Amino acid sequence: MSNGTMVCKLNGYANGNSITGKSNGISNGTSNGSSNGLSNGLSNGSSNGKANGLPKGLSNGCSNGLSNGLKKTSPGEESSSVKLIEEYEATPFIIIVLCYISYVILNFFGHLRDFLRNTGIEKNKCAVERNRPGYVPLYSNYESFYTRNIYRRICHGWNQPICSLPGTTIDIMDRDTDDYNWTFRFPGTTSKCINMGSYNYLGFAENVGPRADEVQESILKYGTNVGSPRHEFGTLDIHHKLEKLLAEFLQVEDAVVFGMGFATNSTNIPALAGKGCLLLSDELNHASLILGCKLSGATIKVFKHNDMTDLEAKLRQAIVEGEPRTSRPWKKIIIVAEGVYSMEGSIVNLPEIIRLKKKYRVYLYLDEAHSIGAIGEHGRGVCDYFGLDTKDVDLLMGTFTKSFGSAGGYIAGSKQLMNHIRLHSHSFGYASSMAAPVAQQILGVLKTIMGTVGDGEGQRRISRLARNSRYFRQKLKQLGFIVYGNDDSPVVPLLIYFPGKIVAFVAGAKKLGVATVGAGYPATPLIESRVRFCLSASHTKEMLDKALEVTSILGDKFALKYSRRTRNTCNIEY
Amino acid sequence: MEWLNWNSITSYLRSSLGYHILLEAFLLLIVVYLMFLRKKKSRRPAKLSEKEKQLLIDEWKPEPLAPDIPSDHYALNPKIVTSKYGKHIIVDGKKCLNLATHNYLGLSDEKSLEDAALNGLRKYGVGSCGPRGFYGTVDIHLELESRLAKFLNVEEVILYSYGLSAVASAIPAYAKKGDVIFCDEGVHFAIQKGLTASRSTIKYFKHNDVDDLHRLLIEQEKFDNKNPKLARVIRRFLVVEALYMNYGDICPLREMMELKKKYKVRIFVDETVSFGVLGEHGKGITEHLNIPIEDIDHISSTLEHAISGYGGFCAGTTFIIDHQRLSGLGYCFSASLPPLQVAVAIAALDMLENKPDLTEKLRSNCINMHQKLSRLLSCRVHGDPISPVKHLRFSKELSSYDVETEQLEKICDHAHQKGFALAISRYLDEEVLKNRPSIRLLINASLEETELTEICDVIGEAFDKFIIL
Repeated sequence: MSNGTMVCKLNGYANGNSITGKSNGISNGTSNGSSNGLSNGLSNGSSNGKANGLPKGLSNGCSNGLSNGLKKTSPGEESSSVKLIEEYEATPFIIIVLCYISYVILNFFGHLRDFLRNTGIEKNKCAVERNRPGYVPLYSNYESFYTRNIYRRICHGWNQPICSLPGTTIDIMDRDTDDYNWTFRFPGTTSKCINMGSYNYLGFAENVGPRADEVQESILKYGTNVGSPRHEFGTLDIHHKLEKLLAEFLQVEDAVVFGMGFATNSTNIPALAGKGCLLLSDELNHASLILGCKLSGATIKVFKHNDMTDLEAKLRQAIVEGEPRTSRPWKKIIIVAEGVYSMEGSIVNLPEIIRLKKKYRVYLYLDEAHSIGAIGEHGRGVCDYFGLDTKDVDLLMGTFTKSFGSAGGYIAGSKQLMNHIRLHSHSFGYASSMAAPVAQQILGVLKTIMGTVGDGEGQRRISRLARNSRYFRQKLKQLGFIVYGNDDSPVVPLLIYFPGKIVAFVAGAKKLGVATVGAGYPATPLIESRVRFCLSASHTKEMLDKALEVTSILGDKFALKYSRRTRNTCNIEY
Repeated sequence: MEWLNWNSITSYLRSSLGYHILLEAFLLLIVVYLMFLRKKKSRRPAKLSEKEKQLLIDEWKPEPLAPDIPSDHYALNPKIVTSKYGKHIIVDGKKCLNLATHNYLGLSDEKSLEDAALNGLRKYGVGSCGPRGFYGTVDIHLELESRLAKFLNVEEVILYSYGLSAVASAIPAYAKKGDVIFCDEGVHFAIQKGLTASRSTIKYFKHNDVDDLHRLLIEQEKFDNKNPKLARVIRRFLVVEALYMNYGDICPLREMMELKKKYKVRIFVDETVSFGVLGEHGKGITEHLNIPIEDIDHISSTLEHAISGYGGFCAGTTFIIDHQRLSGLGYCFSASLPPLQVAVAIAALDMLENKPDLTEKLRSNCINMHQKLSRLLSCRVHGDPISPVKHLRFSKELSSYDVETEQLEKICDHAHQKGFALAISRYLDEEVLKNRPSIRLLINASLEETELTEICDVIGEAFDKFIIL
């Protein structure tokens, strides 16, 4: 009934078909309200080979906001019992045109300003190199052009310092500029905002309470530094305790922890793959995964984001053709994917990947940086979310920066594999191991999530986050915004397309008491700038409502309500 | 008319010689062959049928993800520490004097660092919950950056949340494919990984050998003279460590600076060991050798060694360092350093600034120890006398790498029983240059004269006992 074009990906993996369909958005909240009709529609869609693009947020809005991105089907079906819906509403054509025009204008003025600077008409405010005559220029032309003329105009939207705990609310230090963002000064005032920018999914960024007290004890007992790698004297008893508990939580044999999340990827993938191996990497993988793949020396092929048809085609081709030139068979093939993609808000199609992985006998490296703790009934990440066995994933990687309110990362899997990592990981061999207070914070949170302490508090937080995510996402869509990703994902990217609007939105929201972050090129495609909300279990309904109100005000002000779908008018329950 | 044309052709054919026509026809045939027939052959790989493809897929046997591992490997049976990494350390239940972890100034035991950590915890919690761009910048991050910049007298400092990733992210932020990096072959592992990530052409020169570096630079100059167009875009870098972690010796930076200026190469100095150690105030090698710091293009260091905190940093001019805020992968895409660790580093910097005798004490300890160890017979000490990192090896090379490692392990066990923690310096197989096995002795400022003598006695005794003659 809605006329807007909509692309909806529907992957029916229960019977092994993966379909990406373009549909006309046939659903309507009132007619498809019952969940029965919905699941019928879904299974039909997958078996017919033509996807019925059911925007679930809309259709499910009237039922009591139960599961949205995820749907239980009958238990008789083979590997998995849930269905996955990812939404990417197509960008309106006029927006694409206007967006490119805005870049043309930016580029035109950039070149004009560069000309004025070079001729000395305008004072050059960029840092210039001194005392290095005759050296080859350090930066390429375009790179510095972008930072100087485009990023500089909008850089106010990032790097805003805070002076408090990154908890439910944060105190952002106000800053002013007298020279159009070249320098900032701090007048000394702060703004208290609802924090929708930090990755504090379960709200464990705390400075009081039982966990903080335990951290204090650990500082007194172990200090804060280590100064030795795990291969030498860097193993504390607390590390062993943590690794054991983590393995128990993830229901795998063993786990290894590292001092930095980014380095967990970049220093461990080289220990797993090398020359003669193939890494199949999702096109939207995080920079740390890409760096790790590069450092490994293995061949890298990229598959389309979450597109299982493309992945299978690439897998088949790789196995059949072998290494380029020599045609030697690959030693091993590893699929590298993330659980929740932080820029798209999408959830990996894990059941299908596992099916492919088993079918072709390849391995899977799953980065759960944004999903561990934040997704799944027990907070055990995407495996938990889909009801799959964690042992089906060869390498479970995750970080403690987000849901755990700490720092560092882990890799988990079979005992033998973990021992292999212990022997060959770069950071295990050379970097200072995880500091004790950081490890203690993780231990405390882990115990809470697992329910051994805290009287069910962990479980309450997990379900609260799930509820917050669904409510907030549905409400945003109802307001007419284009929101990407899965309805269950706690990362909510709201598309605003224009680079200039990022800073307008972020600064405007801050003024109205909501802290959000923007993301633009090169983190996103050129014309898909967005702002991102990260939900937390510590947000109350009142906070979410306020954030929605602010977003709606700004959305009207900056004309951000791009969605062409029929809006659902019925009341969305919290 | 047609008839005329045909006539002219036939007359031409008649008039020209037979072999001429034959040759032309032959050439024409070759052209036709090259244009159509050959291409088709080379372009078309044997097309496989679906069945054949399936067969190939079924036949493919991948290697296991992890090969079998010896269960007696040292990494699987680590020594367990249950205390602070201070002057003393409890290893496997026994209290030992700590000569195995990096804590050169002995700041781990300082009460002020502990207080700073607790205050940091109570104000900011543990994690920063985001990268620097997304509300992960806390006011004390900015404070530490400006404090470090002021201390080193540079324009800008950038903080990393892991010591290993500072230099490993900094190098690929500048050096790209096609650029040339001259590098000492003895640099530590993080630098090696930074070089790999840059995908530049890496030219290693012999450890601390200025002449060898000169040779490489002359080679490059010759190449540049031949390709002047290319030379205008190839960036050249020189990467050295100020005080080598794997050797304990100091880089001949003054001579290298002359070469750097002559050949217009940008120099990156890694001060992982030397920051807080070299120079009167612990400002590093520039202070030690009296080199103006603005002549160095880029300095990288860690907060995990002398500062006894966590993380790393890079320092230099705004023109250079600011670039990393958008292009340093380990900076942009990683959560920022936990604020409580920042607080610790600020407290440690306070100590370094207010107690200049700390570095002096460290220096005298290092020299003292070096002299004592030089007198031993079966043990040879490697490294500079003022270096807090000393490598101890058997005076005579033993039969093999493994035997030597085994004997050194026995020495460490012996020392452990006597109450001294010593560590063998461990390397992964991927090292560019693997040294002979050694015990990495780490001296700190909190050791007393009598303790130094005791350590030296134990080391001498153990080396005598376990050397295989």
